[in-house]
Amino acid sequence: MSKRLGTLAVGIAAATFAAMPAMAEDITIALASEATSVDPHFHNTGNNNQIVTHIFDALINQGSNQELLPGLAVSWTPNDDTTWEFRLREGVTFHDGSPFTADDVVFSLERAPDVPDSPSSFAVSVASITEMTVVDDYTIRFTTDGPYPLLPNDLSIVRIVSRENGEGATTADYNSGEAAIGTGPFTLVEYVPGDRIVLAANDDYWGGRPEWDQVTFRPITSDPARLAALLSGDVDVIGNVPTQDISQLADNPDVRLSQGVSNRVIYLHIDSRRDVTPLVSAKDGSEIPNPFLDLRVRQAISMAIDRNAIVEQVMEGIAIPAGQLLPEGFFGVSENIDVPQYDPDGAQALLAEAGYPDGFALTIAGPNDRYINDEQIVQAIAQMLSRVGIDTAVETMPRSVYFGRATGDENGSEFSLMLVGWGSGTGEASSPLRALLATKDPEAGLGGTNRGGYSNEEFDAILAEAMRSVNDDERAALLAQATEIAMADVGLIPTHFQVNTWGSRPDLAYIPRTDEYTLAMNVVRADQ
Amino acid sequence: MTVFIIRRLLQSIVVLAVTSLLVFLGVYAIGNPVDILISPDATELERQAAIARLGLDRPVWEQYWSFLINLAEGDLGRSFVFNEPALKLILQRLPATLELAFVAMLISIFVGIPLGIWAGFHPNSVSGRGIMAGSIVGFSLPNFWQGLMLIMIFAVILGWLPAGGRGDQGEFLGIRSSLFSLDGWSHLILPAINLALFKMSLVIRLTRANVREVLPQDYVKFARAKGLKSRRVVTVHVLKNILIPVVTVIGLELGNVIAFAVVTETIFAWPGIGKLIIDSIFVLDRPVIVAYLMIIVFMFIVINLLVDILYSLLDPRVRLADQRG
Repeated sequence: MSKRLGTLAVGIAAATFAAMPAMAEDITIALASEATSVDPHFHNTGNNNQIVTHIFDALINQGSNQELLPGLAVSWTPNDDTTWEFRLREGVTFHDGSPFTADDVVFSLERAPDVPDSPSSFAVSVASITEMTVVDDYTIRFTTDGPYPLLPNDLSIVRIVSRENGEGATTADYNSGEAAIGTGPFTLVEYVPGDRIVLAANDDYWGGRPEWDQVTFRPITSDPARLAALLSGDVDVIGNVPTQDISQLADNPDVRLSQGVSNRVIYLHIDSRRDVTPLVSAKDGSEIPNPFLDLRVRQAISMAIDRNAIVEQVMEGIAIPAGQLLPEGFFGVSENIDVPQYDPDGAQALLAEAGYPDGFALTIAGPNDRYINDEQIVQAIAQMLSRVGIDTAVETMPRSVYFGRATGDENGSEFSLMLVGWGSGTGEASSPLRALLATKDPEAGLGGTNRGGYSNEEFDAILAEAMRSVNDDERAALLAQATEIAMADVGLIPTHFQVNTWGSRPDLAYIPRTDEYTLAMNVVRADQ
Repeated sequence: MTVFIIRRLLQSIVVLAVTSLLVFLGVYAIGNPVDILISPDATELERQAAIARLGLDRPVWEQYWSFLINLAEGDLGRSFVFNEPALKLILQRLPATLELAFVAMLISIFVGIPLGIWAGFHPNSVSGRGIMAGSIVGFSLPNFWQGLMLIMIFAVILGWLPAGGRGDQGEFLGIRSSLFSLDGWSHLILPAINLALFKMSLVIRLTRANVREVLPQDYVKFARAKGLKSRRVVTVHVLKNILIPVVTVIGLELGNVIAFAVVTETIFAWPGIGKLIIDSIFVLDRPVIVAYLMIIVFMFIVINLLVDILYSLLDPRVRLADQRG
């Protein structure tokens, strides 16, 4: 299996599980967002997934760098191109004492895609499985429809519930705690919507008793209020420390900051499909053909963006300039891609070559409440583009309006150049490549979020080959190659990788996670 | 008076119907919640499936029609993100908001009215002017800034009170509330003051203005001439006559405090309905938004009705009669 990077962080994470009853205590963690349910299969979203990870294990757990670690499965091997055999961990019990067996896996994977009224189900993660065969209590075989190397990554997102408690249980039964019986490091004590979620250590956890006796999660959505809660000692750890406060907090002896790069790339989708694109016109307002169809114009835009300035000025240094879709170290990234150099003169030359010596007029769109400093980034990019002669106006809006318009209808997006972000849930490069750059193909599940309409046959072919390759090294090379093609073709324009910041009491530290989750398991005692 | 009340309640049904239609269309026009709710990894097919599960693939009039049918059965719909009945979500969080609003209103009335009377009787004294200057500060500083300052001073710097959240709830006569526990009060006091400051300023100014208006009236002069104690002049002759406008404003403000304590609840992470509505708006959770606004509109109708009834009790000249009659 793919094992990559982060051995140090993983080592520390594993140490968290080591029992230290003498020092055990309770901690309170404030989150920027609220989990809407503790049903692990109801809503596939980070807010909920980070909470249910405490209560439920998956067959394969994701480590701090999203590396795959044995969870309820101790090993997983492909028997042939379309069959995977998973050996399950023996001797694991659910919180109610009942034993965990292969039957619970079957129940969970059948329930996951099929929870009533789910606003976003886990169907994607189990879609490749056509058959589940229980060999014995601790061996299960999955048959996939064609070679599917990502099955372990997909299954690391689906949590396992108990059939005994979960049969016929609704989301409400999970929320009440009645059915919220997992095998995870913590048990659910209380879920009070909007106020708190209280967890207690699972003494019998197979990975060792967690360090914290009781963990309380509180949603505090207001940034300054969350920070104040930490400063006043109301809470011990907070997620999403606002970037503008970080430089000041760095000098504060009462706070410790922990930072780590995330799997989230911030990028611009660029309309490279339609003949006429909605928010582009000549400078006098008359309609012109879509300039982004010309590779040179796309290159010019990428060159006109000063990524270092965005990172240094807008993000106050808390971000990493990006030239591809995942930061280095992740599975399937290319070592041959550099961050594009800022070159306004080169950009102007390319624009002139493409027939736009005087530029054109453009409106760039972005959300104003979704990513760190999103609105300011869009404004900065607009100024940079204006500097090379493209008159750029800015349109930002709340995400509730933005994403619907960015996706658009059958005629495509309402925007021409738009700021979006993508976090790779599976922790490897095929996730953004398949969703953002592959030619739209609903049947095959490709190009689901390809808002720019990018399409390149060579890219599609290599990506398809990668998705058939069960050999890890081969697949990693193919994914890197596909990335190189799309980036040379400027299918989209990455700007930076987000860096997340957690704040804690000075005697605690947080082991940063690339998936941006805030987990009690990653809160450790700091060496003073 | 019974006819009056019945007629008002019938009118309220029309108002509710119009509100529901406006909100329904409004939220529909903003956009499709699926694009925010769905996991970005989801494929196009899964996206379509989610749209169908939430019933968003049907034409808007059909969605509205089934909403009305469910409403007739007392069902306001299920939240998209919580998968719970919208009404249950709101009622679950209503107590938190009510106790906050209750304490905030008590503060604004029992601090605001005496200060207003004092300032009315002593308009040129230092204390009177000080009260008026304070009230200007009270309603001109933004609510969120006041809230953050309260947190900075009392929670972060002095460390006397918690920075937010709702504390333990005590039980009294079968009712669970923060009002019945010390920890509950310690969590309640800052957000309640934050919410009360604006109303209090309003009450002070209104009371003072009315006192100034009433004092030169003949009946006050006569009461004084009769040799009544100043205390009796204030409580009987002055207070009773200034209460009508004050009650109107307090009534309306009570509605506002319950319905739109959004800023205070967000800053103090108070798990009430204000925080619920703002979170629901962010994710376009239409069933909750519609249910919330319907309840709020109904509440305003009831409050206005109660205010009208209260008038007739405070001022015998007011008769509750049909406008046309």
